[in-house]
Amino acid sequence: MSQPIAPVRHVLIEGNKTYHNITEDLCRPTETTPSREWIVAFALSAALLGLYVFAICWTVWKGIGEWGANRTINWAWDITNFVWWIGIGHAGTLISAILLLFRQRWRTGVNRAAEAMTIFAVICAGQFPIFHMGRVWLAFFIFPFPNTRGPLWTNFNSPLLWDVFAISTYFSVSLLFWYTGLVPDLATVRDRATGFRRKMYELFSFGWTGSAKHWQRWESLSLILAGISTPLVLSVHTIVSFDFATSVVPGWHTTIFPPYFVAGAIFSGFAMVQTLMLITRKVLKLEEYITLNHIESMNKVIVLTGTIVGVAYLTELFVAWYSGYVYEQFAFYNRVFGIYWWSYFGMMFCNVVSPQLFWSRKIRRSIWWTFFLSIVVNIGMWFERFVIIATTLARDFLPSSWSYYRPTWVEISIFTGTVGLFFVLYLIFTRVAPVVAIAEVKSILKVAGSQYVEKARKEYSENPPTEESMKQKAAHH
Amino acid sequence: MASETTKVLYGLYNDEEDLKKAVKAANSDHLDIMDVYTPFPVHGLDPILGLKESRLHQLGFTYGAIGASFAFGLMSWVFTRDWPIVFGGKPYWSVPAFIPITFELTVLFAAWGMTLTFYTICGLWPGVKAKSLDNRITDNKFCLAYDVTEADDSTVEKYRSFFSKTGADEVNVKTI
Repeated sequence: MSQPIAPVRHVLIEGNKTYHNITEDLCRPTETTPSREWIVAFALSAALLGLYVFAICWTVWKGIGEWGANRTINWAWDITNFVWWIGIGHAGTLISAILLLFRQRWRTGVNRAAEAMTIFAVICAGQFPIFHMGRVWLAFFIFPFPNTRGPLWTNFNSPLLWDVFAISTYFSVSLLFWYTGLVPDLATVRDRATGFRRKMYELFSFGWTGSAKHWQRWESLSLILAGISTPLVLSVHTIVSFDFATSVVPGWHTTIFPPYFVAGAIFSGFAMVQTLMLITRKVLKLEEYITLNHIESMNKVIVLTGTIVGVAYLTELFVAWYSGYVYEQFAFYNRVFGIYWWSYFGMMFCNVVSPQLFWSRKIRRSIWWTFFLSIVVNIGMWFERFVIIATTLARDFLPSSWSYYRPTWVEISIFTGTVGLFFVLYLIFTRVAPVVAIAEVKSILKVAGSQYVEKARKEYSENPPTEESMKQKAAHH
Repeated sequence: MASETTKVLYGLYNDEEDLKKAVKAANSDHLDIMDVYTPFPVHGLDPILGLKESRLHQLGFTYGAIGASFAFGLMSWVFTRDWPIVFGGKPYWSVPAFIPITFELTVLFAAWGMTLTFYTICGLWPGVKAKSLDNRITDNKFCLAYDVTEADDSTVEKYRSFFSKTGADEVNVKTI
């Protein structure tokens, strides 16, 4: 054994796996016929996707007037859903980029699926601002390009345009990062496949051979992409928060928004990763690769970010009161006790109170609690965006324009439809590509595989290090 | 990336530690390794193979700098020369407002530039047929390969005895 293992290390690969076992287990889902659960899930998701297509056609044909959004509450469900989906996407980049920089080994079990989730969530998010434009066939106006209208350029000073750049950059960089990580694993699937499947995987694995120089460049590229994705992911939700924070609307115009949005995004993203991973590991029988230790680590991130979000909510209330500015005070009084009080309390309960249960190790390591709370957090984070958008706009500066917002069936269909879109993409992904990064899991086998950790623990308990041996070791290094 | 075919004599090892020992043995025997293929990145292999550190990061910086100058330059030109507009009483050249887009394009250019460079210099593209020696290299075998296209029998024999000495599990010849 070449690498020393600390006996306190967690086991991240259970079941005394060999390299070949890892290949077999992780390629299997792409090689077998789909299970009944998969077919049922796919049929349901495809039905929701159908509903989405119908509602979008309806919107485009009849116009935005079919939505419940009005002059006062113009962002309504649409931007609520946009921010919700974008936030969900953030966990993927956090796991694959930030945890790579921190050398967290547990990321290897979940990074592939989480990155896929990022990409699909950003696709879902993108639908909302695009169709909110109304005349969607003019959507290309958001891109600056030499045109025959002057040329008339976009407004580079506008946070909404920054968002266009942030989200399109985020999407394309995430896609590159994910796909480059996937290439060696697609080559593994290719080398096991025959016939037409082999031809397809040959095409998608780009002729990967596993040459030492290629691996070196691949690692170098992954590290730098991680390095630049880290500020990128923080910038994306920061810029989304600028959409609100740079306006002059009380309740939006606060400097706490960027960090609070980023923490909330990671919070909701991890909740969604938990929801997905708990189902994925069960259905694809990957419990030995996505272990309770992985789940517990993610729950720790959830309790941390949930608490940051909670502190941000309370800080907002305090600063509103302390500002002595009556409009600001009203905005927050209205947020808590106004017409949408139920969504504020829903948000507080789901986002701040419920994740505190994860301080208990028993709950952190319980599959059912984790699954239940991950759904609760997802609902809570949806409420948060609804609170920020709807309550603030419903009571603006002019009491004559005060209004109440209710979604119509079109908006509800579009939102549930994007859930269908998301799951259709995710379910296809689980069938065509390894859901867990094969090469990366192999590279941690000898430090996190159960047989190696057990051995290190045994050696440690039989031969506890003495002061003498520690000194020798230190001198050796 | 030679286009003509190469005759390769290769040995398959069962563990990355065996492979590393074999590479070290090849170095001390002054044997010229063609390449080494592994199912995952094996750490500690690059220095003993004599691979220099990749310079991708330097290129990444260059691409990023191009992206930053392009974004900042375009926005400055548009709002000071091509079509100056006053937004909210701010100066035409409102630098702070240009920062987010400048940052995004820096990342965008660096990421795309580096990734495309990576695939190009490695010769990896859709439609490229993998010059794969063995299907198990992407599974659990660690491969050390010698180019024997122009080697005489004694050299081949030398390589074969090297493989048996270093504990290769299998030794094969393949033309790629």
